[in-house]
Amino acid sequence: MAGKSEPIATGHVQAHARSGQIQLALMAVLLAALLIAPMLLYPIFLMKLLAFALFASAFNLLLGYTGLLSFGHAAFFGGASYFTAHAVKEWGWSPEMGILLGVLGAAGLGLVIGAIAIRRQGIYFAMITLALSQMFFFACVQMPFTHGEDGIQSVPRGMLFGVIDLGRTMTMYYFVLAVFMLGLFIIWRFVNSPFGMILKAIRENEQRAISLGYSVARYKLGAFVMSAALAGLAGAIKALIFQFATLTDVTWQMSGEVILMTLLGGIGTLLGPIVGAGLVVTLQNYLATSDIPVTIITGVVFMACVLLFRRGLIGELAASRLGRTLGMRSES
Amino acid sequence: MTMIFGIPVQALMGQLLVGLINGSFYALLSLGLAVIFGLLRVINFAHGAQYMLGAFAALLLLTVGGVNYWLALILAPVIVGLFAAVVERTMLSRLYKLDHLYGLLFTFGLALAVEGTFRYFFGASGKPYAAPAQLTGAVNLGFMFLPVYRGWVVVASLAVCIAVWLLIEKTKLGAYLRAATENPVLVQSFGVNVPVLLTLTYALGAGLAAFAGVLAAPIYQVSPLMGSNLIIIVFAVVVVGGMGSILGAIVTGYMLGVIEGLTKVFYPEASNIVIFVIMAIVLILRPAGLFGKDA
Repeated sequence: MAGKSEPIATGHVQAHARSGQIQLALMAVLLAALLIAPMLLYPIFLMKLLAFALFASAFNLLLGYTGLLSFGHAAFFGGASYFTAHAVKEWGWSPEMGILLGVLGAAGLGLVIGAIAIRRQGIYFAMITLALSQMFFFACVQMPFTHGEDGIQSVPRGMLFGVIDLGRTMTMYYFVLAVFMLGLFIIWRFVNSPFGMILKAIRENEQRAISLGYSVARYKLGAFVMSAALAGLAGAIKALIFQFATLTDVTWQMSGEVILMTLLGGIGTLLGPIVGAGLVVTLQNYLATSDIPVTIITGVVFMACVLLFRRGLIGELAASRLGRTLGMRSES
Repeated sequence: MTMIFGIPVQALMGQLLVGLINGSFYALLSLGLAVIFGLLRVINFAHGAQYMLGAFAALLLLTVGGVNYWLALILAPVIVGLFAAVVERTMLSRLYKLDHLYGLLFTFGLALAVEGTFRYFFGASGKPYAAPAQLTGAVNLGFMFLPVYRGWVVVASLAVCIAVWLLIEKTKLGAYLRAATENPVLVQSFGVNVPVLLTLTYALGAGLAAFAGVLAAPIYQVSPLMGSNLIIIVFAVVVVGGMGSILGAIVTGYMLGVIEGLTKVFYPEASNIVIFVIMAIVLILRPAGLFGKDA
């Protein structure tokens, strides 16, 4: 339809002076909860949750703060997972070097896919990222190092920096938590940097950003590569958590899942993707034992989100009276 | 045996035919996507699910109602079209005033829910659907044997593509449709009921997908996930062709199908990705697509 259309709704939380403090306080509570959580809950489940929360946050960096909907983030997540698993298992690399390779590999993939995809906007951008990630999926099916349907199995976790044994579940948990917090800090710094501000300007009005003299394509590509690298970080630690890398992580369904997590939690909020990832992973955990296919629930939640609460849980909370009393402000 | 570029003619022709058949489906599906996108500005991610629904409708009509293939070829698209019209009226129409990405996300959710439901009731394995007796067997073309049903698929899809093109370019309804694509507000002020036009268009697009599904049922087996991987290839086809023209969508569909078939002969390893590679090249050289007008 012609005419002006409402842009992607984002809970714009940073606009308020006190909102930063509120968010930091919430983050502190979250961190405290995560520090004691493995005493109460199954650590592997928590680590999975953290990996997906980081993945969704990385995705949100692109959709929430730059307004680019990528339908191909599974390529970076699953790709990095393969790179790390291969380096650690076949080449005997240490876990930190393996993760570094995964992140760099994902960034490289992001550079190639991003450079092609940013040539079109909006819907086309989504379709192109989807198609290119599907191409990467087919490449993964055929390349020998991924071992096709079997995946890369029994990946050793190894010794972190040569001294810390990640084979112990609790040690691994706190390592994953540290990586997660680091990733989140990078995202927070990135979003609030001058670079991040320009990205927001592009999201709000691309034509205007161009007329102000910004090289929009470069900024978009920068954001895309950054998002891909962080998604890669999430994929790399996932390979070490579960000690295998599979085709599942590069499928387009995975790209859809990360969109759902972000949409459900709240696009463009710092906490939203974490909450969304938590809900989706928990839901999958419970549904895994029932006969109802997860996709029915996922699909219905997707439709409900789009039709009823586009700002997501955190975005709606920020817009509600409670959110306003807490000092969050929502502009959408 | 005759050889061309070191490849037996029969193998070459065989893959060319496979390519032409795949191309028929790409053309039908990308045509439906282009028609829907033209007016609604929605990328219909549920297109693959509607294709699957068409095949299942034919299968269920046969097993439950005893309805034969020829009637199913008409009934299945009508049923799926009605279903699509209900979805458009009750849900999709609320999203038009929002960012177009919401339409994509909504139809993505719809596709997941529909495919999940069918997997729950019918299982993931494929079910055979026999071709009608009139279309079994093969004819000898001299250089190869052509299975009659496969020839029929190419002819039928070509006929439907041309019919839709004529409907949009040559009839009064098509003129309304094209006018509403250009400027819906103005067309509405002339007394044309644009919301109904939108519903009809979505139903038409979904019906085309269902028609492709019925055509596909005897060739590929009927399974809940038959459309989910196809739809991504069709997206690539649409990006290559550009959304600008109906004819572009049709031509690109056949062309890429044939190229994919030929790749299977000359370099089989690349046959899965050749369409995506072509998409990347086209985007680098001509970002608007081969037939696209918008930049």
